[in-house]
Amino acid sequence: MKCLVTGGNVKVLGKAVHSLSRIGDELYLEPLEEGLSLRTVNSSRSAYACFLFAPLFFQQYQAAAPGQEGLRCKMLMKSFLSVFRSLAMVEKTVEKCCISLSGRSSRLVVQLHCKYGVRKTHNLSFQDCESLQAVFDPALCSHVLRAPARVFGEAVQPFSPALAEVTLGIGSGRRVILRSYLEEEADSTVKAMTTEMSIGEEDFQQLQAQEGVAITFCLKEFRGLLSFAESANLSLSIHFDVPGRPAIFAVQDSLLDGHFVLATMSESDLHSSELHRLVPPLQAPSTPHLDDFASDDIDSYMIAMETTGDSEGSRAVVPSMSLSPGCRPPSSPGPYSEDNETEPGTEPGTPPPKKFRSLFFGSILAPAHSPPGPSPVLAEDSEGEG
Amino acid sequence: MPLLTPQIQDENDYSLVASLDNVRNLSTVLKAIHFREHATCFATKNGIKVTVENAKCVQANAFIQAGIFQEFIVQEESVTFRINLTVLLDCLSIFGSSPMPGTLTALRMCYQGYGSPLMLFLEEGGVVTVCKINTQEPEETLDFDFCSTNVINKIILQSEGLREAFSELDMTSEVLQITMSPDKPYFRLSTFGNAGSSHLDYPKDSDLIESFQCTQTQVNRYKISLLKPSTKALVLSCKVSIRTDNRGFLSLQYMIRNEDGQICFVEYYCCPDEEVPESES
Repeated sequence: MKCLVTGGNVKVLGKAVHSLSRIGDELYLEPLEEGLSLRTVNSSRSAYACFLFAPLFFQQYQAAAPGQEGLRCKMLMKSFLSVFRSLAMVEKTVEKCCISLSGRSSRLVVQLHCKYGVRKTHNLSFQDCESLQAVFDPALCSHVLRAPARVFGEAVQPFSPALAEVTLGIGSGRRVILRSYLEEEADSTVKAMTTEMSIGEEDFQQLQAQEGVAITFCLKEFRGLLSFAESANLSLSIHFDVPGRPAIFAVQDSLLDGHFVLATMSESDLHSSELHRLVPPLQAPSTPHLDDFASDDIDSYMIAMETTGDSEGSRAVVPSMSLSPGCRPPSSPGPYSEDNETEPGTEPGTPPPKKFRSLFFGSILAPAHSPPGPSPVLAEDSEGEG
Repeated sequence: MPLLTPQIQDENDYSLVASLDNVRNLSTVLKAIHFREHATCFATKNGIKVTVENAKCVQANAFIQAGIFQEFIVQEESVTFRINLTVLLDCLSIFGSSPMPGTLTALRMCYQGYGSPLMLFLEEGGVVTVCKINTQEPEETLDFDFCSTNVINKIILQSEGLREAFSELDMTSEVLQITMSPDKPYFRLSTFGNAGSSHLDYPKDSDLIESFQCTQTQVNRYKISLLKPSTKALVLSCKVSIRTDNRGFLSLQYMIRNEDGQICFVEYYCCPDEEVPESES
C-alpha cells in the first residue's frame, strides 16, 4: 500500500486520527480498493468508529502493489497519533505525507515532508490483524437528525468536560434537546445541576423524528467526531432508533466518510421520568418491528465480523467461552451477516461499562470455512482486557 | 538606580558586585540550564559562568558576559561558589516572573567572598527586596576537554528547525542518535522507541542550516534523558551550533538574545552512549 496526502488534507487526516483516539487504543488500518480505512473500537466495545478516505482524497493511492494481496494492520493508537500530535505544527510545516505499508519490512512507514526540506520518517511497528467491521446500517434507523456540525458543537459546548453522557431527544415544538445525563444517585436528595440546550427545528437540515423520542449516549466520543466535522465544515447526521439500539453518527463528503457507532442506554436503564420529562408522556410506545431483532438485544444487532483474510491457518481459533446457544433466538442472523452460519461470539470477562451494553463485536468465521455444527468462533485475543 | 542600600558597605569589601537594570536578562539565561538543583558560579572580570552538571555525563554552562551588566566589579582574579539554583531563580523572580509591560526589576548582586552569602537587592517600583542566599563549597566541575581543533563535524542551525523535533522526541526511546555526514543523510536525528523508529532528516542546503561543515560521517548515540533538558535552552535561543569531536562528544551551543538585544550563550556538553552496534544503525 502506498498513498500520498498533500496540503490541507494532511491536517484532515491528522484530525481524523485525533478523533479516533478518543475512542480506542488500537488503530486498524486497512487499504481497500474504495479507499483507506481507519477504524477503532473501544475496550468495552460499546463504541466503534471508522473513517474511509476515498482514493481521490489522495494525490496518489495504491491499495496494494500489483499482484499482491492487500495488507491490513493494527497498531497502537498512540504511536500513529504521535505522528500527528501537534495539528498546529502539521498545518504549519507539513507539505505532504506519504504512508506506505509493505509486507516485507513489517513496518508502516509514515513520511512527512516538511518546510525547509526537512523530512520526518516514522517506522511504526504493527500487528497483522483481522479486519474490524461493525455491522450497522443507518437506513434501518427510524430517526434521523442532520445539521451542520457547528450546530451540535455549539450545543455541547456548555457541558462540563467531566460529563460522561448526554441525552438527545425531541421536545415539544419539535425542538431538539440535549441534556446532561446524571446517574441516579443513591441519595437522590442531592441533585446535581442539569444542563439543557434546546435547538430549534430550523437549524436542522433534516429532522425525522417525532416528539418524545430520546437516546442517551457517551459525550466524549461524540465530541471527538464533532471536532473533526467542525474543522472540516461538514454536516453531521445522527441516525437512531429506540433506546438501547446503537446510534450512528455520520459525516460525509465526496472524499471521505466517517461513522461513529455508539451504544445508547436501553430504556429499562433509564428512569421513565428522565426520559419523558422532555414532553408529555407518550401513548403506549409502538414497537416498530424493523427486523427480526426488535425483540432481541443490541448484542445480536451489532456484530463485528473479524473476517479471516483467507485460508491462513495461523489465525488463533479461540472457542467461544460463553456462547450459550439457548440465548440466541433461532435463526436470526443479523440483516447484514452473510449467512446463517454466522454466530456472534462474546468477549469473555468484559463487563459492559455502566448501564451500556457492549455493542458486542464478536467474531465469526468466514462462512466458506465454517465446519458444520457448532461453529468455533474466532475471537480476538482478550489479553489486554480487564 | 534608586536603590536604597544602607546595608551595603564599601564596595571594596566585596569580591563581586554586579548590577543589572533588568533582572530578566540574567534569570532567562539561568533558566536555560536549570535542570538540576545546584549550580557552580565562576566570576572573572569577563563575566559570570554558571555550570550545572548531571550524571557526570552532561554539563551545561551559561555565560553572562560583563557587558550585560551595568556595573560589574570582580576584586579577585576569580570568584567561585556553589549555590542552590532553584532558590536563586526564585529570588530573582520575587516580583513575578512575567512582569507588567514597562516595569523592570533591577538587581544588585554582592558577594563578600568565601563563606559569605550571596546578597541580592531587587527593586521594582520603589520596593526593595533583600535576599541572602547561603553559598556552598564549590565542587570541581567536569572538564570535557572539548577542543575546537578536534571538532569533526559542525552544523549551525536556526533553532526553529530543532524546536519541534526536540519537543516531540519519542521519550520511550532511550537514546537520541545523531548522524552527521558530508553525504546523505547529512544531518539526521533518530529515536528508537516502543512504537518503532523515527528519523528526522535535514538536507544540508535547507534554509534552516546556516553553516554545514561536516568532514566525516559520525553516528553517535546520546542518552535522551540527558539531552532533553537542553530543550529549555533551545526554546529561548535563536541559533544553535551542533558540534561533535573525534571522540563523539557533543557540544550544543545556543545563542540567546535577551530583551535588550544582547547576546548570551548557553552551552551543553554531552558524552556519547556506548558504541553503535552495526546492525541497528
